[in-house]
Amino acid sequence: MQLELTIPAQSELAEAVFRESGQNVNLCFQCGKCAAGCPVSYAMDYTPLQIIHAVRLGLDDLVFDSKTMWLCASCETCTTRCPQEVDVARVMDAVKTIALRRGVKPAIPRVASFYKASLASIRNFGRMFELGMIVDLKLRTFDFLKDAGLGVKMLRKGKLKLFPSFTGARTTRRIFRRVKRLESESRGS
Amino acid sequence: MTGRYAYYPGCSLHSTAAEYDISFRAVCEKLGIELQEIKGWICCGTSPAHSTSRLLSIALPLESLRLAEKMGLTDVVAPCASCFARLKTAHHEATADPELEAKLSDILDAPLPKNVRVLHPLEIFANGEAVAETVTRELPGLKVVCYYGCLLTRPPKVMQFDECEYPMSMDNLLRSLGIETLDWSYKTDCCGGAFALTETDVVLKLTRDILEDAKAVGANAIAVACPLCHANLDTRQAEIEEKYEARFGLPVLYFTQLMGLAFGIPADRLGIRRHFVGAEGLLSGITA
Repeated sequence: MQLELTIPAQSELAEAVFRESGQNVNLCFQCGKCAAGCPVSYAMDYTPLQIIHAVRLGLDDLVFDSKTMWLCASCETCTTRCPQEVDVARVMDAVKTIALRRGVKPAIPRVASFYKASLASIRNFGRMFELGMIVDLKLRTFDFLKDAGLGVKMLRKGKLKLFPSFTGARTTRRIFRRVKRLESESRGS
Repeated sequence: MTGRYAYYPGCSLHSTAAEYDISFRAVCEKLGIELQEIKGWICCGTSPAHSTSRLLSIALPLESLRLAEKMGLTDVVAPCASCFARLKTAHHEATADPELEAKLSDILDAPLPKNVRVLHPLEIFANGEAVAETVTRELPGLKVVCYYGCLLTRPPKVMQFDECEYPMSMDNLLRSLGIETLDWSYKTDCCGGAFALTETDVVLKLTRDILEDAKAVGANAIAVACPLCHANLDTRQAEIEEKYEARFGLPVLYFTQLMGLAFGIPADRLGIRRHFVGAEGLLSGITA
């Protein structure tokens, strides 16, 4: 067995994140502002700061097994406050995108299910059909009772449409198809 | 006040936040602002798109901006804070990278929209004088905290909207209508956004903190500019009160509804009764 004696300047994961998002995590000097400002860090297993560091070190398992990116609310506080101008929220998006592409099982599957149900709704109807999306989400998560009362109340207040609009559905189908094609081409190259 | 705008309502203003749509239209009519809804607009993709595909998250909003440009309009107004952020981000990103631009025009089958400007209603109402002239009704007794949420101001590099940590545009607008607004600490804190359906506990906690501070500074109403903020603060308020054994009773109103009230528009034309936390008590004597 031959030993690999050189340490690469950049981990493969950091490289992948850069390709996905244009963000260079090596700029991070661990000041901790992202972790301090994150409103959801209390519920995460690793703070955004720790995830950034793990991406730098190429600790794939730690990153992809963590809940952190699935709990990112995309509030952009970290991105706003980073003194090194690392777009931390976009790094979280990149990590999620890479995880889904690699077929990693998300640590919080219902969040990934929500993304899938929402995107299916947008693709099929051109605009979000909330009621249909919620039913789809429930079929994916088997959580049928959650928010049932709230849903009924919203229907009564006329806050949920009963039928989808199909305006733009042909356009969204085309956009989704072409995005998928271009993304698989650029991975193949 | 005049002006012609391409109007991008977004999905929420056609469903869960229909009262934001009708109050915005009513206020614009009063001010002589002409809105033309973008024909064939599509969903901006919101978090599910940008969390899973950068290309998709830019392509979807650009299509709607392209349709606006096709109508011969350059100024696009988007009241939903999330749509506003996605439209603005897409435009910002597409114009910065020629390689991306080529991919995007391939996806959209057309050249990319160049001469469009994405605006929030708070920006088009920023001319305080014209707004103040339209006021016909005093709203005494209201003590409002303005809740801007995340995406109107963040990230500041893209949004370039007001002061990102402590914005004042909504406060200034409401003050010019004679409505008292209060200083508080949660103007731009996150409500949990789209986690309402998946990580509900996170939403309940973050929203509790916001309601608690609003109450602590003596507010009797919250003004918002985002359908998701509204849904979390209003439709979940009873659940929060139950979980944390608290009592807030804080009506949550779109700032356009408050404008409409000050302009003398009847409450039923502003969708005030569509909220879960009733504002009838607060507004009794005003809306009569």
